[in-house]
Amino acid sequence: MIEEVLATARYNPKIDPTLGIWTWEISFYLFMGGMAAGIMLFAAWAVLSRKGDQLVFAHSRFALWAPVVLSLGMTTLFLDLEYKLHVFRFYTSLQATSPMSWGAWVLVLIYPLMIGQALSTLRQGYPMLAGLVNRVPGGGRVMRACEAQRRMIAWLVIPLAVCLGIYTGVLLSAFGARPFWNSGVLGLLFLISGMSTAAVLPILAGANPPERHFFEVVDIGLITAELVLIALLLINLATGGAQHIQALALVTGGQYTVPFWLWFVLPGLLVPVVFELVAARRYRWLGLTAAALVVYGGFMLRYLMVEIGQVSRWTDYAIQFDPQLLHRLVQ
Amino acid sequence: MTTYAMVIDTRTCIGCGDCVVACKNENKVPAGLNRDWVVEATRGEYPDLQTEFRSERCNHCGHATCVSSCPTGASHYWKDTNIVLVAEEKCTGCKACIAACPYDARLIMHPQGYVDKCTFCHHRVDQGLDPACVSSCPTHCMHFGMLDDRDSNVSRLLRERRHKVLLGETGNDPHVYYLL
Repeated sequence: MIEEVLATARYNPKIDPTLGIWTWEISFYLFMGGMAAGIMLFAAWAVLSRKGDQLVFAHSRFALWAPVVLSLGMTTLFLDLEYKLHVFRFYTSLQATSPMSWGAWVLVLIYPLMIGQALSTLRQGYPMLAGLVNRVPGGGRVMRACEAQRRMIAWLVIPLAVCLGIYTGVLLSAFGARPFWNSGVLGLLFLISGMSTAAVLPILAGANPPERHFFEVVDIGLITAELVLIALLLINLATGGAQHIQALALVTGGQYTVPFWLWFVLPGLLVPVVFELVAARRYRWLGLTAAALVVYGGFMLRYLMVEIGQVSRWTDYAIQFDPQLLHRLVQ
Repeated sequence: MTTYAMVIDTRTCIGCGDCVVACKNENKVPAGLNRDWVVEATRGEYPDLQTEFRSERCNHCGHATCVSSCPTGASHYWKDTNIVLVAEEKCTGCKACIAACPYDARLIMHPQGYVDKCTFCHHRVDQGLDPACVSSCPTHCMHFGMLDDRDSNVSRLLRERRHKVLLGETGNDPHVYYLL
């Protein structure tokens, strides 16, 4: 038996009793980042596969969603920073060993590209917006240039969007100090999950029946891949060292068992894939429900991963100190 | 790289917490925050129990994951030593370093928001003094010095006594040693 107790008062906010440095803001950012990557990939695919007549929404309207979605995520990322005035510091150096630094610079590369991708679809998909851009000096010229280079932009988008999607997972998996995150599977899992949440957006946005069917079929494949990757993640933990096995216990009998299986895997993956497989084509409401559940599942994956990873740790000290006592003393 | 180390004798540490108070005074650590702490570890089955007190803090690792994960270079090594510091003016409060530290040895300074930690009292080390926690220890169980110097007190103690580090298996190369 070994019992390790903190003998002096230590209750550093957001560190004790378990890490709680990242909450919904980071989960939302990772969710939106993955979704933006997925949107960019499908919009690029619609152009490169020359299926504009079949994938009308993905070909002409989808690309604009990516910068909007990513910007919403970036907003919550900014909200999470403790020292917001220093946000510019991300761009005063490139730290080769820091995935977060790489991510910050990937975003600098990806923003112009995703805006270019959106501009190339504007006249076709959003004529009113295109009219507004036309009024901006040089706007029409840029729009026409983007339209002319549409295929080249699509080719460039693919590797960068894959980097963005994978990065959202690597951001967590790079932390060896948090055993639940420390798996190479996470990058691929977040990319596939991001693509899955993006695939259901045309269904929710009211795309035509053949396009809806196309994305339902794609999503079935993506959810299946996600289930396999989650199984691999858990196997990786089960076959790891003591810390990994303890981390796995959090979702196999521990405090996160119910949230992980009943709030995420069941309603966020299994139910929608069954709906999509069985009857989504026949009953539209089932397709819409499945799509909404996929979006919910995508967020829950990030939310739970962020939370469980922080609870999994190398040290395990019992804390006797009650921080309320300090507040009473100060009052 | 000059390697500084702290060596703590668990046989003479009584867990009084003077090191914690000395650190708070020396570095003006605000109420409710701690850069160092004392752990009471009890092993065995009653009545064969063994208790060890450990004064803990940042381990000033040779391969510090907090430094390698920092996206702005705010977490850095001081003057080509293993002493890990945070440059307040470069810190965004992204908290990547906190997630990267297996010892949970970092804290967030409120309300400013930058990340803070034990500095081995580098301002004192610069003047040839020991860190405040070492200087104030009433049982003289804490020792500080350069590992590169074979004649230093810490080198001699590590040569002569059985010792351990915490979580050496992380590969971080910690430099706070505990004599057994």
